[in-house]
Amino acid sequence: MMDLQALQVIWFILYFVLIAGYAILDGFDLGVGALSLFAKDQRERGIHMDSIAPVWDGNEVWLLTAGGALFAAFPFVYATVFSGFYLALMLLLVALIWRAVSFEFRNKVHSPGWIRAWDWAFGLGSLLPPVLFGVAVGNILRGIPLTEKTEFAGTFLGLLNPYAVLVGVLALVMFLAHGAIYLVLKTDGDLQARMQRWAPGLWIGWVVLYFAATVASLFVSPFLFDGILKNPVFWILFPLMMACVVLIPVLLKSGRHMLAFIASSAAIATQIGLAALGLFPRLVPALNDPKLSLTIYNASSTQRTLTTMLMIALVGVPIVIGYTIFIYRVFKGKVRPGELYGNH
Amino acid sequence: MDALILARLQFAMTIGFHFLFPPISIGLAWLLVFMEWRGWRTGDQVWVRMGKFFGKLFALTFAVGVATGIVMEFQFGTNWASYSRFVGDIFGAPLAAEGVFAFFLESSFLGLYLFGRNKVGKGVHWFSILMVAVGATISAFWILVANSWQQTPAGFLVVDGRAVLTSFSDAVFNPSMWYRFFHTLVACLITGAFFVGGVAAARLLRDNQEEVSRRALKIAVIAGFIFAAMSAFPTGDSHAKQVAQTQPEKFAAFEGIYKTQKGAPLVAFGIPNAAEQRLDYAIEIPKLASLLAFGDPEAEVKGMDAFPKDELPPVGLTFFSFHTMVMLGLLFIGTMALGLLLIWRQKLDISRWYHRLVLLVAPLTLVASQVGWITAEVGRQPWSVYRLLKTADSVSITVGVPELWFSIALIGLMYVLLGGLYIFMLVREVKHGPEKAPEVA
Repeated sequence: MMDLQALQVIWFILYFVLIAGYAILDGFDLGVGALSLFAKDQRERGIHMDSIAPVWDGNEVWLLTAGGALFAAFPFVYATVFSGFYLALMLLLVALIWRAVSFEFRNKVHSPGWIRAWDWAFGLGSLLPPVLFGVAVGNILRGIPLTEKTEFAGTFLGLLNPYAVLVGVLALVMFLAHGAIYLVLKTDGDLQARMQRWAPGLWIGWVVLYFAATVASLFVSPFLFDGILKNPVFWILFPLMMACVVLIPVLLKSGRHMLAFIASSAAIATQIGLAALGLFPRLVPALNDPKLSLTIYNASSTQRTLTTMLMIALVGVPIVIGYTIFIYRVFKGKVRPGELYGNH
Repeated sequence: MDALILARLQFAMTIGFHFLFPPISIGLAWLLVFMEWRGWRTGDQVWVRMGKFFGKLFALTFAVGVATGIVMEFQFGTNWASYSRFVGDIFGAPLAAEGVFAFFLESSFLGLYLFGRNKVGKGVHWFSILMVAVGATISAFWILVANSWQQTPAGFLVVDGRAVLTSFSDAVFNPSMWYRFFHTLVACLITGAFFVGGVAAARLLRDNQEEVSRRALKIAVIAGFIFAAMSAFPTGDSHAKQVAQTQPEKFAAFEGIYKTQKGAPLVAFGIPNAAEQRLDYAIEIPKLASLLAFGDPEAEVKGMDAFPKDELPPVGLTFFSFHTMVMLGLLFIGTMALGLLLIWRQKLDISRWYHRLVLLVAPLTLVASQVGWITAEVGRQPWSVYRLLKTADSVSITVGVPELWFSIALIGLMYVLLGGLYIFMLVREVKHGPEKAPEVA
């Protein structure tokens, strides 16, 4: 068996790989859903939904698996954070549930009022989760008050501090930009033309907010930056992140939409990676007393469980990636209105 | 009400509502595998139309199942944080494995199945529904591994106030796992068969010439009979024997046995009387409980008097749930046996009384899985992990009464709406029916 500390580090990395995978995949479909709130008409909202219909459910499984993996690898974090962020999580669940069923319900009854209602469920159910994820991440990066027994000692309103809200808005704009790029890739005509106009604007918003959040972090959570410049991983992630971010508008403008989408995905992944790098080895910094922080060393499962989980991941994940790629290839190309639900 | 009761109420509500849907989708998925396979291999359009029709109903059911399942993945952390800390080293791994091996598989291939009919070859399309069924079954496997570990924990040691894994295979293949898995899987297959049968019967009541529904009812009856019989024997019988061995106080509550006795009777009916520690109005079959549980009519069965009072489950609810489940199981066997008789007499398509009967009995399969689940979970009380951790010590201490009321109201209201919408959509789709056969020119 591998040494416990190595396993704890591996699971820290794997956990953030799961988060990044989720952010990239559900990120674009939540972004597409939120953008549908600004669509021109019902038909166009239908195209938003069609563009992600075959794949959104698989994407959301990344979130469920991240939940399960957190429970298995770092049960103390799972317990503290989920019970601490109780009301926020309940709101998240409500949003995700209405969104999930909207795909199945919307196109089954051909009445404008019915479709309108489900368009709202789809749009708002896609808008709320990125904000809530961002607020949660903001609170983790800032640190949360913990008791001696590592129970959450704050309040729901305390979670809505300005820094966390800033990260919440960042997450929303990041997903909107990512979703807009996906729509440029998957649609044509009017909608594609509009997304081509919107994507650079959203990209600017993303860059500005990321810069603002980074500056804010220097003041709110200086510990995130301790020794970071001496860390070789930083010098891999940071230039990669900058390159991807800069490339997005260039690739969009030159019509290389697939590459723009990949750049956007990589930008999201590297930004999450940089945040993780700042946190390491902490998972939940304690705001009141750094000694109470939950880290990979005091919050993890045992060596045997981490080893078992690693084997499960090594066997399972390559298979998952294999058929996920296969299925994306089946549905590649532009979405045609009515094509999916028309014959289903 | 205190936070513990509210947290339990919320868990019961969310798991109960969720558990209406997976039994339908697991059972229906396997029947769809059969229908789509016949359609693919024979090219017979009746099978193809049947697959499309039930595929739509499957998508609807699966969507609500997935949506309400999200809650479950988070709820151990939100509401049962103390439990999560205690069991995390063991309980999390099956949940994560369920995500990696099951959720990805079923969700990814469902997209291909629903939207890929014209994009991939017929064989690949059939493979996609097969993977959905396999994924749903693997999901049942892992979640029942986790649940069985709560009932009959194995492969661990308690170190510093938490359960620590000593053997993953012992934890996974704990003493009740296979029994629970097979019994639950068979229950899902019955539910799926009655779902197909009920829908087909409703269609035949409107138009008994519809070939898709005639054939669907026939396969529902055959599959339903086989699985209903298997729910009693061997799966139900062996599961009850295992409970008698591994959780004797739960078995005593099932059968309403208050006093330890040799040659214990099987209770067909009775009303537990907690005050006098006896069953009122009992109709008993002598020595049968001893015989069924231990293979010996004179075997001693431990009564509830053999255990500390504060370690007994609530007898009334456990007893009634268990007996309702058993009665319903017999009803399912009887209903499908009648159907077999009608197939043999070649009257299945025209017996309106039978179509009404199947339509009436079909929803009771959901009642059966609910009471079966209550039997298993209420029968485990007062423990969340049998003889290791009490439910009262499992709850999140940071989540207060107001938050719980808020979430119960929020989720409760949403589930009432969702349930109503599901029924509305289902009835609509069934009324609409399968595609019509093309007119012969």
